[in-house]
Amino acid sequence: MSTAPTPAAPANTLAPAATSQGRTARTRGTARRRAMGACAALMTPFFVLLVLVFLVPVGGAVYLSFFSDDQPGLGFGPERTVFAGLRSYEAVLTDPTFLAGLGTTALYCLIYVPSMVALALLLALLLDSGAARLRRTAQLSLFLPHAVPGIIAAVIWLYLYTPGLSPVVELLGKGGVSLDLLGVDTVLPSIVNIAMWSNLGYNVVIFYAALQAVPRELTEAALVDGAGPVRTALRVKVPLVRSSGVMVVMFTLIWSLQLFTEPMLLSQATPVVGGRYTPNMYIYDAAFTRNNYGLAAAASVVLLAVTVALSYGLSRWSNRAGHASGSSEEGFG
Amino acid sequence: MSAPTTPRAPLGSGAPRGPRPRRTRRAARAGHTAASARPRLLGRVAVNAVVGLSVLYTLLPVLWLLLASAKNRGALFRSDLLSLGDFSFADNLAALFAMEDGIYGRWYLNSLLYAVAGAAVSTMISVACGYAFDKYRFRGKEKLFGLVLAGVMVPPTVLALPLYLMASEVGMVNTFWSVFVPVLFNPFGVYLGRVFSQGYVPDEVLEAARMDGAGELASYFRVALRMLGPGLVTVFLFQLTAIWNNFFLPMVMLSDQKLFPVSLGLYVWNSAAVVTPDYYPVVISGSLLAVLPLIAAFVLLQRHWRSGLTAGSVK
Repeated sequence: MSTAPTPAAPANTLAPAATSQGRTARTRGTARRRAMGACAALMTPFFVLLVLVFLVPVGGAVYLSFFSDDQPGLGFGPERTVFAGLRSYEAVLTDPTFLAGLGTTALYCLIYVPSMVALALLLALLLDSGAARLRRTAQLSLFLPHAVPGIIAAVIWLYLYTPGLSPVVELLGKGGVSLDLLGVDTVLPSIVNIAMWSNLGYNVVIFYAALQAVPRELTEAALVDGAGPVRTALRVKVPLVRSSGVMVVMFTLIWSLQLFTEPMLLSQATPVVGGRYTPNMYIYDAAFTRNNYGLAAAASVVLLAVTVALSYGLSRWSNRAGHASGSSEEGFG
Repeated sequence: MSAPTTPRAPLGSGAPRGPRPRRTRRAARAGHTAASARPRLLGRVAVNAVVGLSVLYTLLPVLWLLLASAKNRGALFRSDLLSLGDFSFADNLAALFAMEDGIYGRWYLNSLLYAVAGAAVSTMISVACGYAFDKYRFRGKEKLFGLVLAGVMVPPTVLALPLYLMASEVGMVNTFWSVFVPVLFNPFGVYLGRVFSQGYVPDEVLEAARMDGAGELASYFRVALRMLGPGLVTVFLFQLTAIWNNFFLPMVMLSDQKLFPVSLGLYVWNSAAVVTPDYYPVVISGSLLAVLPLIAAFVLLQRHWRSGLTAGSVK
């Protein structure tokens, strides 16, 4: 369960020291050079990509966020790019629609993350309990929505939410319940449901794999001590899969900040979801509806900073908590 | 049902505190169940009911998609999907491929090209890098690996707009490459490549190849790559899914409909359906066709992605 690539990992190196002692220093130097040449050849393509599609765009966005386009008239004529300092950041951070988007995302996370972790863990525990039948089939079925593209998951659920198309709404109607699943108060839970449907099985598989690695002696001992299956699950198994839990929380949270596809599609169907419903939709709107690249870049940088801060903070916190509880498990970063 | 997930074993042996072999655990558990604390019948029923309901929750929407795309328009709008009549799957497909001069076929081919070629190239690049991280030692290696992990932490969506701004600087917006190149970047694949390389490729084998006079790169391509096979499939499958599902990047980059992947095309059609209900049936059958290849891949390659998820999570 410990992180494979830690600095303490065994030195399985192809450095010259490992080769036969009979060689001279010179051939050893040649071998070392060859090894390093091969290493560089294997790593270069990835790091070229890393620079090209990761470092350069991030740097570029930071750079652009300090500039703004002065467009004379209606946007015709030559653009003049002028240094604007922190003006774009000020505009983003004082824009009520951006702040509302952040608020929506925070509320979304508040509903989504705990229910996802609880449900995925519950299902994994049930599957691991030995009482469940057809474990593999159940896991595969739960995982299946992960193979459904986000936009199609949104299409399916949108239709299932739409009166006149949806058998669910019709069934509810026959039962005397009239529920507008795309209303002011219901649309956010409806979006949570789409995300839950898409990702539940993925996290169940992660938790289940971690549970499989729990030493059997511990659960045996708990049972011998008279703990029931529920107590054993909560007191013995759950603490032991904590590191997987941290990872699930971290990735669920990071991805929740990126919420875009589902609300974007729902915005076509309900006026409740506006064009700047989430930060990513705000960025898209700023760049392509308002053609304000400086603003879009600043908002991207803000979102990136929040994402990085959250994941860094979470992994630091999990590492510390891990060491405090005497476990050698490490977080993901 | 209880076939052991074999790919996990070598992974476990690579990690200091890897998961115990599952066979022993299973056998012991079976004996234990027979012996004493057999879960009570009620508990058993409850457990299976909860799992069963969850399975229905995940499967029914897919089933709805299947039924909805098999029925004609009238049945769709009457929400009347369970009756036995009104089947017109072939007509729906014909309508799908006839819509707007058959552009759906074009989108489908685009998606295949982006996803299959992109995932293949991306897998080779990432796994080669992960392998090098595992097998070679140099100063600052772990710092460099930290940069890779930082890449894992940054979802591609955050990069889409910055990428667009860069691409527009160099005039690459609205080209095939503007969508194809960014998806090649897969830092999680590098992480997996390192884990797999540690688990699957023993140093002794490489040492033997070196003694035989094989060059460094030759031993990677001829010896190591073959042993990394299962790992390659995992990385490929997950990157394939990621690219196939990609939506934000193409939406930002592309304006030419001929370059669209299926996801973006369906989005555009779905917007049109709000005004023109004719689009509803084609969106539904188009969605079904777009889902099938991935579902097939995941069902057929179960053991591979399971091992990948395990490697990524249990560590």
